[in-house]
Amino acid sequence: MIPAKFDYKRASSVSEAISLLGEHGSEAKVVSGGHSLVPAMKLRMSRPEVLIDIKRIPGLDTITEEGDEIVIGANCTHSQVMRSEVVQNHLNIVYQAVSKIGDVQIRNRGTIGGSLAHADPSSDYPAVVLACDATIEVEGKEGKRSIPATEFFLGLFWTALAEEEIITAIRFPKVANGTYQKFFQSASRFAVVGVAAVQDGDGVKVGITGVAGTPYRATAVEDAYSGSADAAEHAVDGLEDLMSDHFADETYRAHLAKVMVKKALDAL
Amino acid sequence: MQISMTINGKTYAHDVEPRISLAQYLRETLNLTGTHIGCDTSGCGSCTVHVDGAAAKACTLLAVQVDGSEVTTIEGMANGNEMHPIQAAFKENHGLQCGFCTPGMVMTAADILKNNPNASEEEIRHGLEGNFCRCTGYHNIVKSIQHAAEKMNA
Amino acid sequence: METYIGQSVKRREDDRFLKGAGKYTDDIKLPGMTHSAFVRSPYAHAKILSIDTTQAKAAEGVVAIYTAEDGCGAYGVPCGWQVDFKNGETMREPQHPLLAKDKIKHVGEAVAIVIAETQELARDAAELVEVKYEGLPAVTCPKKAMEPGAPKVHDDWGDNASFDWCIGNDRAEVEAALEQAHHVTEMTYKNHRVAPNAIEPRSYIADYDVNGDKWTLYTSTQNPHLIRLLLCAFALGIPEHKVRVVSYDVGGGFGSKIYHYTEEALLTWVSKEIGRPVKWTSDRTEAFLTDAHGRDHIVHSKMGFDQDGKIVAHLTDEYCAMGAYLSTFAPAVPTYLHGTLFQGVYTTPLIHLNVVAPFTHTVAVDAYRGAGRPEATYLLERIISKAAKEMDMDPAELRFKNFIPPFDGVNEPGYQTQVALQYDSGNYEAVLKRGLEMLGYEDFRKEQAEARKNGKLLGVGISTYIEGCGIAPSAVVGALGARAGLYEVGHVRVQPTGKVSVFTGAHSHGQGHETVFAQFVADKLGIAMDDVDIVHGDTDQVAFGMGTYGSRSLSVGGSAIIKSIDKILEKGAKIAAHKLEAAEEDLDYAEGKWTVKGTDKSISFGDVSLTAYVPHDYPEGLEPGLDFSSFYDPTNFTYPFGAHIAVVEVDSDTGKVNLQRFVACDDVGNVMNPMIVDGQIHGGVVQGVGQALLEEVVYDGEGQMTTGSYMDYAMPRADDVPMIETDRTTTPCPHNPLGVKGAGEAGTIGSTPAVVNAVVDALSHLGVTDIQMPVTPQRVWRAMQN
Repeated sequence: MIPAKFDYKRASSVSEAISLLGEHGSEAKVVSGGHSLVPAMKLRMSRPEVLIDIKRIPGLDTITEEGDEIVIGANCTHSQVMRSEVVQNHLNIVYQAVSKIGDVQIRNRGTIGGSLAHADPSSDYPAVVLACDATIEVEGKEGKRSIPATEFFLGLFWTALAEEEIITAIRFPKVANGTYQKFFQSASRFAVVGVAAVQDGDGVKVGITGVAGTPYRATAVEDAYSGSADAAEHAVDGLEDLMSDHFADETYRAHLAKVMVKKALDAL
Repeated sequence: MQISMTINGKTYAHDVEPRISLAQYLRETLNLTGTHIGCDTSGCGSCTVHVDGAAAKACTLLAVQVDGSEVTTIEGMANGNEMHPIQAAFKENHGLQCGFCTPGMVMTAADILKNNPNASEEEIRHGLEGNFCRCTGYHNIVKSIQHAAEKMNA
Repeated sequence: METYIGQSVKRREDDRFLKGAGKYTDDIKLPGMTHSAFVRSPYAHAKILSIDTTQAKAAEGVVAIYTAEDGCGAYGVPCGWQVDFKNGETMREPQHPLLAKDKIKHVGEAVAIVIAETQELARDAAELVEVKYEGLPAVTCPKKAMEPGAPKVHDDWGDNASFDWCIGNDRAEVEAALEQAHHVTEMTYKNHRVAPNAIEPRSYIADYDVNGDKWTLYTSTQNPHLIRLLLCAFALGIPEHKVRVVSYDVGGGFGSKIYHYTEEALLTWVSKEIGRPVKWTSDRTEAFLTDAHGRDHIVHSKMGFDQDGKIVAHLTDEYCAMGAYLSTFAPAVPTYLHGTLFQGVYTTPLIHLNVVAPFTHTVAVDAYRGAGRPEATYLLERIISKAAKEMDMDPAELRFKNFIPPFDGVNEPGYQTQVALQYDSGNYEAVLKRGLEMLGYEDFRKEQAEARKNGKLLGVGISTYIEGCGIAPSAVVGALGARAGLYEVGHVRVQPTGKVSVFTGAHSHGQGHETVFAQFVADKLGIAMDDVDIVHGDTDQVAFGMGTYGSRSLSVGGSAIIKSIDKILEKGAKIAAHKLEAAEEDLDYAEGKWTVKGTDKSISFGDVSLTAYVPHDYPEGLEPGLDFSSFYDPTNFTYPFGAHIAVVEVDSDTGKVNLQRFVACDDVGNVMNPMIVDGQIHGGVVQGVGQALLEEVVYDGEGQMTTGSYMDYAMPRADDVPMIETDRTTTPCPHNPLGVKGAGEAGTIGSTPAVVNAVVDALSHLGVTDIQMPVTPQRVWRAMQN
């Protein structure tokens, strides 16, 4: 399996990456770890003419504690995030989720920024950034902006990222009490259902991946929550785009969503 | 594109097409055919090598992405005729049958034990989740890695 | 004296594999080698309206492009087994062209081959080949394929049946017995389709040498000689003595690399056309779409019992998919490798199996690890466990009631079944007893009852299997429709220095022949293992052979080698007698030397070997040399058996099954290398567990495969399974010199029903009586809801 031909450009700064994106427009794709993009290119389902590698841009691979926030650089690999003491101590929910992504080899290469930009509806990070109320920091031709996670995911493989923007970092508020519960798809090990739950005062914030075409905040659960995991019954209330495949049809997936939300609420 | 990397301690420089994977580069350009391609899309783990000290699936890395890196392949594990303790343990415990997944298994095992020298059976099994073996049922692979850990920790 | 036999000798092949120095076909590069890529149909059933290669031919690096119009392999690849209709009508056998002509019959069927200077350029150019199709309705289910009005796979015949077939007692008699039975258990289910998934994809290099007018085909096959025969005599019609087939290291087969595939023949043809070597290595998507699959039976079965729980009759009807074309062994799988095992390990007096084998718009189905026997075992072991539940009996007890009593095949005769075979030797009670003991069955039942009180769903599943291995007596399989003999060749060449080269027609793709064969050869000759080399996988070196499948290497291939060793020792004795000035009958052979009985006068194997090649002082009339080749044709199949027991816990919320324990007590006859036998069992068990819990090839209504990658086809991983607890009993095979029965398929045959029985057992108190495989979380959850 070999990708169609493309040009490879290595950006050494964010501004260079942005200008390369400006130059090549929709014919270009940004690559960091490449663990979603390269297989798709090999299957020739994705055929960019230019690949812009942002992996070596300095400053995008740090994890820093800024007061009540943790900022994870877009190029941080899943392994790097997993091993970070800052993450383990202040953002354990992220640690839990990341350790369930792919496998050792994939975690060693895949990045947080790449995962979010790719927006696979069954990937793990979206649930977590939603539940944590993280912000996605992006930079483009028009400058920098911060997109709240709740406004970032627009659909299947579709985000609020503009064509000439790249993710530079993800800003998380510290989370004292959070959990990530995942029901694995047995072949791909993506999430059939992934539920991130964060204690928020007396309330909860719940992000769900794998269930709908777009990862979502389970506001119905959050509204119904009053300390009891029974609120999990509302995990799929109002959803119109439940996913279905031979591992989980809509009915079973909805059931699993409730089970996993309940597990998450119980684990808080 | 011109790239250069250190593979098994030796530096190589080549002009490669950007679409060539690290696995292809190793196999086709350098004749290091111990890195196997089983699925070509990062599913099976047969192509596992170490890039800058961490296990990676060489089929899903473009050679240009790892330009300048240090790469270790299965061919770089033994010290001359003396097998690495993980290789020796695989032989001792019949941790391989057809041998095709074996290089990837050995390279992944080395990564597991590097990060967790006292890995439990459960941790070893979890650590192998990115590597398929169709012959052994994993039983003797897990035993091999446990055995290697004992030797390496001794 | 046995120094090596029975010892867990470490494998000599391991060093090269562990150092990355194995030589798989894709590792080979030849000077001037070209690469190829296929243009494959995205339709399951379609008319080819046009193929335009103009643009592709002009693309960079393209050497040639061929379509069916170019006359490649006019005969197509043949089927190796003929099973005629019950009414005597000849099996319907479609031509299987190397490239599709006019019509497409399954997704992935090749339409054109592109040859280019590099792999990349071949792939690029293949995309430029423009094929226009007219899509047609497809049928992928073997039962639906036989319904009136079903889309036809081949237009040549009135319906989709390739053949139908039955075995056993008279149907009316079996039906009558079922009507009178005290209890009848009934099951309808699908033994679903699975993909073999050897981790090494198929790979071929064909190299035509104009100087010698010779072809060399490097191929990842399980049986190089059979490929050469089919390639030369059928597919291409080229002279067999001009073709060398080489298969060095092969990365797993599991059946899928037995068959002669179209790509092998096509590359061989192409190589002569272009006058250069050409390589093709399958990618994983192509592997899913074009490697022969396994299973795909739709089963309806009834088993009748008397008041005491003794089986009185068994009647089964099956629809067994052949796929679009007949793969090499395909017709044998649901018939002679399947129906003949319907006796199982039980005394069932009346058995009838009826099979309809239709074509479907899918890739071919053929032998996959176990081949027909896992399907038979699944049926018997599921239905017996279901019956036990219905009759409120313990499933182990019901089995003990029905076991064929022990027989060794020497003092007691073999057991004649109702379905043609005569079992060689067996002690079925012993393996189950031992298995239950290993598990701690009674304690487990107590634990299970306690757990249920706490809402925890634990289950245990038993399976007691038998299989027919060591394929097979040629005359028997010939009468059953095989178009080849199934003997094996063992050639032992003693070198002048007493070192021994053994050439075997069996083929190792993970089984460890280089070690195991050397173990018994060294022992039989009384020499060191280091002095024995095993050669396989090259038709220029090995006289002939039928390859490795059906757990036959040691029982058939090993026996052929033993025959040659006997001849060597016989001739060696003549030389020794001459040198020792003694009569042959006064000599003993032991520890690598001939000794005159009652004296210390002896001559070593090495000295005799040297004498054979430097025959100065030599018996009169005796030919020089010490080199014998033998064909061994077994007198019967071998019949390994065993008991497999699984323990599972089912998550009541999600339906997910956690396999907690797996106990396997197998009897594979005498064991040459326990380490290797255990390894075969471990791997086989997990492959069977994979079918039970995870793996399934799914074709949608249009014939598209929706599970064509590891994103959707669930392979068992290290963390899906526990350690496998193994033990053995030993009931030697009475009819081959090593007393071996074969171990390659046992694990896969026994394990699948054990796991499903365990899952159903865990849920039985909820009224669950059956769950369709694979028992995925979704299916288990749904079963719990009903």
